[in-house]
Amino acid sequence: MPRLSVVVGDRLLVGAVLLLSLLGVALIYSAGVLNVPSPVTRDIWQRQLLWLFLGLSAFVLVSKVPSRWIEWAALPAYVLSILLLFATLVVGTGGGTAAGIKSWIGVGGFRFQPSEVAKLATVLALARLMGGRKDPPQALRELLAPAALVGLPLALVVLQPDLGTGLAFVGILFAALYWGGAPVPFLLLMASPGLALILSYDTRIWSGYIVVLTVCLYFLRYRLYLVESVGVVLANLAAGTIARPLWNSLAEYQRNRILVFLDPSLDPRGAGWQIIQSKVAIGSGGLFGKGFTMGTQKRLDFVPEQHTDFIFSVLGEELGFLGTVLVLGLFTLVLFRMVRLAEESSDPFAGLIVFGIFGAWLTHVFINVGMTIGLVPITGIPLPFLSYGGSFLLMSWVSLGVALRVAREGEA
Amino acid sequence: MRLDHPLSRRQRAQGARWAVALLMGLLGVAFFRAQVVRSSAWALQSDSNRLRALPLPAPRGAIFDRRGRVLADNVPGYSVLLLPAPRDSVAATLRRMAPHLGLSEAGVEALLERFRSNPRQPLVVKAHAAFPELSAVEERRLEFPSLYVEMRPRRRYVAGAATAHVLGYLGEITSAELESPNFRGYERGAVVGKDGVERQYENLLQGVAGVRYVEVDALGRIVGSFRGTSRVPPRPGHDLVLNLDLDLQEWIHHIFPDSMRGAVVALNVEDGGILALYSSPTYDPNAFVGGISPENWRALSEDPGQPLFNRAVLGRYPPGSTWKLATAAIGLELGVVSPEEFMPIPCTGAMSFGNRTWRCWAPEGHGFQNLVGAVRHSCDVYFYQLGLRIGLERLIHEATAVGFNQPCGVDLPAERAGEFPTDVSWWQRTFGYRATEGEVLSLAIGQGPNSQTPLKMAQFYVALARDGTAPPPRLLRSPAVPLPHSEWSLRLSPRALEALRKGLRAVVAPGGTAHLASLEHWDLLGKTGTSQNPPHPDHAWFAGMAGPPGRPPEIVVVAIVEFGESGSRTAAPLVAKTADYYLRRKYGIPVDTIQTLGEHLRAGRPAPWASRPGQG
Repeated sequence: MPRLSVVVGDRLLVGAVLLLSLLGVALIYSAGVLNVPSPVTRDIWQRQLLWLFLGLSAFVLVSKVPSRWIEWAALPAYVLSILLLFATLVVGTGGGTAAGIKSWIGVGGFRFQPSEVAKLATVLALARLMGGRKDPPQALRELLAPAALVGLPLALVVLQPDLGTGLAFVGILFAALYWGGAPVPFLLLMASPGLALILSYDTRIWSGYIVVLTVCLYFLRYRLYLVESVGVVLANLAAGTIARPLWNSLAEYQRNRILVFLDPSLDPRGAGWQIIQSKVAIGSGGLFGKGFTMGTQKRLDFVPEQHTDFIFSVLGEELGFLGTVLVLGLFTLVLFRMVRLAEESSDPFAGLIVFGIFGAWLTHVFINVGMTIGLVPITGIPLPFLSYGGSFLLMSWVSLGVALRVAREGEA
Repeated sequence: MRLDHPLSRRQRAQGARWAVALLMGLLGVAFFRAQVVRSSAWALQSDSNRLRALPLPAPRGAIFDRRGRVLADNVPGYSVLLLPAPRDSVAATLRRMAPHLGLSEAGVEALLERFRSNPRQPLVVKAHAAFPELSAVEERRLEFPSLYVEMRPRRRYVAGAATAHVLGYLGEITSAELESPNFRGYERGAVVGKDGVERQYENLLQGVAGVRYVEVDALGRIVGSFRGTSRVPPRPGHDLVLNLDLDLQEWIHHIFPDSMRGAVVALNVEDGGILALYSSPTYDPNAFVGGISPENWRALSEDPGQPLFNRAVLGRYPPGSTWKLATAAIGLELGVVSPEEFMPIPCTGAMSFGNRTWRCWAPEGHGFQNLVGAVRHSCDVYFYQLGLRIGLERLIHEATAVGFNQPCGVDLPAERAGEFPTDVSWWQRTFGYRATEGEVLSLAIGQGPNSQTPLKMAQFYVALARDGTAPPPRLLRSPAVPLPHSEWSLRLSPRALEALRKGLRAVVAPGGTAHLASLEHWDLLGKTGTSQNPPHPDHAWFAGMAGPPGRPPEIVVVAIVEFGESGSRTAAPLVAKTADYYLRRKYGIPVDTIQTLGEHLRAGRPAPWASRPGQG
């Protein structure tokens, strides 16, 4: 009986992802329909379709790989992707995006993003590291090893610099730790230095935050070692201190993105342009949208990057709120089915893999969709299955295959 | 609880579902707010993003002279515009365009400055571009994404420099004008009248610009055919008909000595209409069309002759002897003198009053004089005595009552009022000393603190030519626009007026100061004047009126020639020739360039009328 539900669950999950992928091809086609056609976007829907076939093939292939092999391949894959990320920093190219960014590696006319491979490899390695334990972590310091495992590729990706993909690694780490049984207060304490970083823009607010944090640590005193509490406080202090130099070390465009997120009208023709035009496109779509390929904001090229990071603004403008609800509903379905896969597999390794991928996708969806409507700052992060991009689509399908395979074998 | 226990797994899965539901719900609410609640505001924004309103300029009303001949009209002109786009793209486009349009780096900077101050409006890069420039940019359309070529009516002044001071010129509206209530509803970049009739009747001439909407992309390029666009057609401005006589105006432009500065005003006696109004030196108003070049503007504004200055209504000169008629009119009106009465003191070339001697301009003297003789000879001693009879206070009172310290109320944007003391305490206020009774002697002969514009003097002579009343001089003939200034009146009896005209007629008759200006076919009446201008040469005045023999005068002409020294030699022939030209055309007599007695004598042609009896 449970077996049947899993099979149906698989179909629902794969069906939803397939639907999203096809919708993505359609939206990419629409993104190429401009009043003044651009050679960059005119025919890319065909390439996306090709990548979708490749992705589907890889998905079928991966589904046939036994879980043991995947477990065995986890560490070599992790090591290999770390090496690739190092190589990217040395010989990487911008891949046609902003100059000075090194995210791509070219191998004989074929280019891919090592960070996409690294995401899956990190998930696998993390599952390998944490999969052995039968009990939840009892101490904060037990989270340090997983954090370090994710921190290395994370740092290498941020150095590219690719802040968006870096955030996906954060999502992977927290989702895996959560599924690994780490208590939520521990996760919050781990996230606290990040909060300190953000709040340090105002010394008074930051001081108040440190006081609140200290009080929290006091209430958690029976669950934490003293050295852990001190470590948390020190990390927060350090984050608050390095905030200013870190801010200064950010590239101009990154700083602008954050400032403009706080107030898009700061520079409506410059850095605020994208956010404003994206909101205009989505808002003017209304309930039913302007019709497939009929979006004026899109046709007249008001939203930059509308075939990649801002594909959702094309959806919102042309298919309206109904299209938005459809896609968000499909993503919710996909994420719920992923949770269910993990829930139903008794093998901790399988559950951790599924949850790592879940964490990455949730981060991608929330940040990407959120930035098109001005809910989160603009970070160059694509929308799974919908945004144009070969390696991302391929690796997303491979990830799905891995998740389904390990979950089926780990079924209780 | 062990991690792989189903209950533990369910617990964590439930938490994860809540997290997904929370984040997705957050997104859903944000999209609901944007796409459903506030959708109409965003839709509006989307339309204003893609639609640009382009003004469709209204053709400016044409201006005609009294016979329906064109003074100013519109011909097709083509302007090069850039549609609104991000600043960088506008700057780059301008720089690429500059060599084709002959724009300097400073010109590009000035255009960018204008764009910065008004980034939502199309930028006029070059108004009325020449045809080669136009085709140069049109051929490279792809290089200039936001290029837009617009047909704009181009102003043309048919008579050019001859009518410059009457018609004025056009220019782009200034910030100060934009804020003034006279220009309510005008937009930046509008072309408005800056002077003359163009300025005075700006609101009639302008018309109402139409609007056309075009769809543009993010770079400001007009895309596709103007699908889904609407337009509001422009409403053309009103045409104006002036009292001006184009031929007469051009005739004056032709006969006025090129090297001299001055002004000529010709008024129609019948209604005070301005037949001609000329100021020298003049300029070509066509140079202002489409924006005057800085070099051209500097040359005009730094010219010592001040060509932009309209001497006919802004130039004030002491009226000299031409004002003696005002003294005479006041004396007659007050009844202190009768036309036939001889003044008790004969002119011996001078007269003593107070503790000094007051000279007549003629050292040999004029003997006993009555009013007619005194006007004929311009005898200062007679007018000294008349002034003393009137008295300073009454002279000032009557002169200001008539309006010698008022503007005429002509329908031109700028006119200076005559300068004349308003009361006896004026000397105290202005110079710090009490007026002596001697002041009246100066004022009586047109000297002293008295300066009048040529137009004001012309209006006064219109009153003398008529029944003592003079309507304000007007340029506009139709449409009828009410003017606030009412006509002014000298309150003189027909007998007194006839006596004054008799004196004026004698000036041009044999033995008079301006006999050489007399004409073959017409009665010419007038008065010379010399306005002292130390240390420079004197300005020469002549105020005259003319008509068919034995009939009332039909035209009044006043001329002033700066540094002309002698009214009878320089100003009188100008007046005579102007009046002669007008009347010959009016009565169908062929125009001849040899007109006055002086010209006949110089040309050796007989002048049969010179000894004609009955002109004394």
